Amino acid sequence: MEQKILDIHDLKREFVMGDQTVRALKGITFDIKAGEFITIMGSSGSGKTTLLNILGCLDKPTEGSYLLDGVDVKGLNRDELAGLRNTKIGFVFQAYNLLPRTSALENVELPLFYNKTITAEERKERAIKSLESVKLAERFDHTPSQLSGGQQQRVAIARALVNHPVMILADEATGNLDTRTSYEIMALMQELNAEGKTIVFVTHEPDIAAFSTRTIMLRDGKIQKDSINQNQRSAKEALANLPESDDY
Amino acid sequence: MSIINLLKIAFRALKRNKLRAFLTMLGIIIGVAAVIAMMAIGEGSKQSIRSSLSGMGSNMITIMPQSNEPGGVRLQGSSIQTLKLEDITAIKKLQSKNINGLSPVVSTNGQAIKGGYNWPTTITGVSPDYLNIRQLKLQDGILFSENDVKSFAKVCLLGKTVIDNLFPDGSNPIGQIIRFKNIPFQVIGVLVPKGQSNFGQDQDDIILAPYTTVQKRITATNYLQSIYASATTEASSAAATAEISEAIRESHRLTAAETDDFQVRTQAELISTISSTSSMLTVLLTAIAGISLFIGGIGIMNIMYVSVTERTREIGLRMSIGARGQDVLMQFLIEAILISITGGIIGVVLGVSSAYLISYFLNWPILIAESSIIISFVVCAITGVFFGYYPAKKASNLDPIDALRYE
Repeated sequence: MEQKILDIHDLKREFVMGDQTVRALKGITFDIKAGEFITIMGSSGSGKTTLLNILGCLDKPTEGSYLLDGVDVKGLNRDELAGLRNTKIGFVFQAYNLLPRTSALENVELPLFYNKTITAEERKERAIKSLESVKLAERFDHTPSQLSGGQQQRVAIARALVNHPVMILADEATGNLDTRTSYEIMALMQELNAEGKTIVFVTHEPDIAAFSTRTIMLRDGKIQKDSINQNQRSAKEALANLPESDDY
Repeated sequence: MSIINLLKIAFRALKRNKLRAFLTMLGIIIGVAAVIAMMAIGEGSKQSIRSSLSGMGSNMITIMPQSNEPGGVRLQGSSIQTLKLEDITAIKKLQSKNINGLSPVVSTNGQAIKGGYNWPTTITGVSPDYLNIRQLKLQDGILFSENDVKSFAKVCLLGKTVIDNLFPDGSNPIGQIIRFKNIPFQVIGVLVPKGQSNFGQDQDDIILAPYTTVQKRITATNYLQSIYASATTEASSAAATAEISEAIRESHRLTAAETDDFQVRTQAELISTISSTSSMLTVLLTAIAGISLFIGGIGIMNIMYVSVTERTREIGLRMSIGARGQDVLMQFLIEAILISITGGIIGVVLGVSSAYLISYFLNWPILIAESSIIISFVVCAITGVFFGYYPAKKASNLDPIDALRYE
């Protein structure tokens, strides 16, 4: 039996807006095992973002249980949640969220600054290794404005990897990128997945979902479909099949 | 999270916005520099007044005659003849530890003559103690002795102005005979020049002679214009004053109902009066400078607020990768403190150097007290914490979800 990274049971999340209660998640149950590459899909209003916030320990469920790597999130306070995010989750955002005027290396180092147990040398070493794994070792001293969108997102992925998380949580990570660059990012994701990383990828593009091993479809706060992807596409091949760019 | 990491984070954040950090600092820099320069100027002028007053003898006690309104008629002090040599004897009899010098003063104006030159000046009859009391020094020659006092010796000491006018050829006055109101005096000493007093009086236009000689041979009086005494230390001058008053009252046989027919003044009183004026000026200047420091602090608060709003997404990101509320709080607080302390250091350097420039170009006396540097530095750090805390608190209370989506 593979290790369960994530165990969600009857998860509910309600927001109180004035005298109305909005039920964003209406009872969701699923688990994720180590090494899976999951895409969570759904149209806007499906509860996708709410689920992502809870998965990322930024928010807590109103009801139901959420175990991340064996830790029950429900009983944790703000600081403990921060600690959990620091050690167990690597975030990749749609808008990269890199610090401006800050070198790629310093951006990647950032999560380790909030981890007391890591020394300055270790921090730098791990950041460089992380940048190498996203093939940006040459550009560690470039600032975000000197990098292309795809490169910035790779820096963001390196930042997500640097704390050796149990799960990479990507939120529309290809949303700001063109098709070619999106495929490059997905190829990188597949590579990382092949190395054993667990990836949860939130997207609304079916095209992107095809690269994952399993897809969860959300609709109106419930799971509409949870299916294993029988014929996973290889992002590398997709990239090769793309027509040559006519930009030049 | 370690403090070194926090410092690094805060430092990197400031480095990203060098110009803004500098402009924010500018308020603090100007504030601190102004406080230090103002205090240096204020303290400097106070010190220079004090030292020139002390040059007149800071422990000096002056006893002047004063009308006790006999028959309701007020008389001018100098026309009153209440101080006598007996008063000196009475004070001497006290053998007080608080008094270490006592001299009667009898003076009169007249023409001093040497050969073909003459000069209108004042001869002052004193005892040998007078030189110590007034902090006068001999440049050349010797001081007259107690024996000279007893024997009404016709000897004198000259100040520089008198010498310049009676011996314009530069010859050595020692041993020469000058005449004052037709009485011949032998010059036995020359005083070290003191220059002008604070009140513009030429302190070198003097002739000193034994008081007995002046009383007997020139003024033919037996009263004293005043009595000079000196207290052992500045602190004991109050006690000495009380003792002297008591002794003179007794010697004048004044009953408890009668007011003093003399007055005792200490130099310390004068110093404190004058330096309190100067202190007031210092306080005023420093207050104005302090206001500019306060405004600098508000500048920090303003910029930190803008910074928190502008960097909302950054804060969201930091929180999402594991920064706790207190880490964010500390980061912004340290940024504010770094700004204010760096501004403080630059301000101290600028303040000290501008104080020196002022003293160099305008020739104003300055005095830079370490306390002014320490105080303004501490105020800076407190300003940083005080004005940095609120924005930092606001940043730390942000919800990471909202902060990440902030546009």
